[in-house]
Amino acid sequence: MSQHVLSLLVEDRPGLLTRVAGLFARRGFNIESLAVGATEVEGLSRITVVVSVEGLPLEQVTKQLNKLINVLKVVELEPLSTVERDHMLIKVKTDPATRSQVLEAVNLFRARVIDVASDALIIEITGETNKCQAFLKVLEPFGIKELVQSGVLAMSRGSKSITEKVQK
Amino acid sequence: MTNEVLTGAQAIVRSLELLGITDVFGLPGGAILPTYDPLMDSTKIRHILVRHEQGAGHAAEGYASASGKIGVCIATSGPGATNLVTAIADAHMDSVPLLAITGQVNSTAIGTDAFQEADIVGITMPITKHSYLVTKAEDIPATLAAAYQIATTGRPGPVLVDIAKDAQNGKAEFIWPPRIDLPGYKPVTKPHGKQVQAAVQLIKEAKRPVLYVGGGIIRSGANQELLELAKLTGAPAVTTLMARGAFPDSNPQNLGMPGMHGTVPAVTALQRSDLLVTLGARFDDRVTGQVKTFAVNAKVIHIDIDPAEIGKIKPAEVPIVGDLKEVLVELNAELSKELNGKQPDLTEWWAFLNDLRKRYPLGYSEPEDGKLSPQYVISRIGELSGPEAVFAAGVGQHQMWSAQFIKYERPNSWLNSGGAGTMGYAVPAAMGAKVAQPERLVWAIDGDGCFQMTNQELATCTINNIPIKVAIINNSSLGMVRQWQTLFYNQRYSNTDLHTGTDTMMVPDFVKLAEAYGALGIRVEKAEDVDQAIKTAMEVNDRPVVIDFIVGRDAMVWPMVPAGVSNDEVQFARDSRPVWEEGDEA
Repeated sequence: MSQHVLSLLVEDRPGLLTRVAGLFARRGFNIESLAVGATEVEGLSRITVVVSVEGLPLEQVTKQLNKLINVLKVVELEPLSTVERDHMLIKVKTDPATRSQVLEAVNLFRARVIDVASDALIIEITGETNKCQAFLKVLEPFGIKELVQSGVLAMSRGSKSITEKVQK
Repeated sequence: MTNEVLTGAQAIVRSLELLGITDVFGLPGGAILPTYDPLMDSTKIRHILVRHEQGAGHAAEGYASASGKIGVCIATSGPGATNLVTAIADAHMDSVPLLAITGQVNSTAIGTDAFQEADIVGITMPITKHSYLVTKAEDIPATLAAAYQIATTGRPGPVLVDIAKDAQNGKAEFIWPPRIDLPGYKPVTKPHGKQVQAAVQLIKEAKRPVLYVGGGIIRSGANQELLELAKLTGAPAVTTLMARGAFPDSNPQNLGMPGMHGTVPAVTALQRSDLLVTLGARFDDRVTGQVKTFAVNAKVIHIDIDPAEIGKIKPAEVPIVGDLKEVLVELNAELSKELNGKQPDLTEWWAFLNDLRKRYPLGYSEPEDGKLSPQYVISRIGELSGPEAVFAAGVGQHQMWSAQFIKYERPNSWLNSGGAGTMGYAVPAAMGAKVAQPERLVWAIDGDGCFQMTNQELATCTINNIPIKVAIINNSSLGMVRQWQTLFYNQRYSNTDLHTGTDTMMVPDFVKLAEAYGALGIRVEKAEDVDQAIKTAMEVNDRPVVIDFIVGRDAMVWPMVPAGVSNDEVQFARDSRPVWEEGDEA
């Protein structure tokens, strides 16, 4: 199984996400992560989806996605020419003895503390998937009480934009 | 010029009229009531009141498949809409242009579990080409126009438009033609020139080419162009279940139907081929058998309007995305230049295939119980009716025999549920076909199982003067399932006996049932009465006719490739496999 990052430019219509997610489920493709949001063009949304497939079916994924009427564009983002970011909020158990160790890890990973309680911290980290996973590993021994994360966000490097051709 | 203000309901009727719709099949109910009011006054649209919404769906499919035009069905919300689901799924599998309009509860009530509320857009998402929920009157014309465009262009398919009751009751200015905004929908119809050249090269080099003809030829209206391609290349053609009639059976290059119940020459031609010229076909599992042993030495040219079909099952050396008609015009022109009037030399290939044709023609043996042979009955229906008739089949043995033993000469003359395999398709589909083409003789060739799923539409036929002919191939059982039980389950006939034969409880008696519906009922039990019954059916046109042909229940469909095994294992009769070449005991 290999992972691929697909970027979908879609019309912002009711049920669009159901259509996309339903297609993945029905055709037996696995979604690893999914992130949806508005773009700089009104009425257009962007879905970044990480999908794990074997070589050949990826073509099926993109072709089937392209058949959805509200999907304008499907692009596979190649790792070498793409920037990727994960975003996580982590609630970690702390006590006076461990807090400084946790803060040290926060500094090393260039994460940020965004909430402080007497027995816990909420930490925010942004970065490539590997970095975020490494950070989680470091925090694990202290006790992770809660974890929430966005799907992967990805954009190709350089000046070209995915919306260029569809804007009239 | 000022535009008229119409209610949403009036806008639905007006939009359909302006889209050129002349016939719709449906059944009213609470959430679609507003639309049925102006529909009553329309002089351009004939509404045919069905007895079950599934009948409306299949009738619209039959209408579309016989005429090439879009089929339209209307139902109310909730159960009315869900009763359309089978027909919508069927149209999706067989690429039938279908517009399904459903009423929905008031937009303010959506999501409250209101009376007769069902999320039909959600339910049908995986089985429609596209779908819409309309909650405002002003959105109706553009939505219906877009739905029409999506259903009828590219790879055709079903589109559902769900319209809330308050949108039907609301008022809006009626603007026509509306602006259709479909930025994500641009079907490619024109082929890539380089790929056409590459296809020409492969065709020139091939020693054992086969034209693998699928239903796309019919949907595209490319049958003349296909004839020209066959003439230029001299290659054999096989016509899939969905493509019967796409290429004339009388043409000596037609080897017949490939697949699970295909002819030995057609199945073998694909297996031994070195080039499959795939024309609007999709390598269905019923055609390929076990994929990894299917046509292992063949290169593939795959022409289809749906890019997702290309490479889905079998990789293509030359993929061509486009409308078959446009592609074949270009391909034929290039081939004609390259070949310069000289067909490639396929003498050896034809010698091999003709030998198979001689040794393994389609045939059948008479049933041992002395009852009628179903294949004989179906052959006679085909022969007496001729190629201008329309034949709609249900699903099962009678469907396969109808595909095998009727000779098809023109596209749109053979209607069946190929991909979905929907029992109960025949009667309503024949009804729809007869509405589309009232001058044609239209047969529903049905099984006793299938017939009992949708025969309520005989009432619709009688009352609306739609004189279809129904031939029930009555073997008193779910025949195809029974055949599998005979072959693969040690003759343990679990739940396949339907008790409709003359030596059984005979529930129901199909002749009496036909009469109850105001149709002419005829029972035939002897071979010498077959022709007369068919002729009578052809002469009676003031009401539908139902012929109950009592046939032998042990008749089986041959040839057969058992499910999931290699096409090399094709059997032309039970435990009898072809000998491929002299001295080669396969």
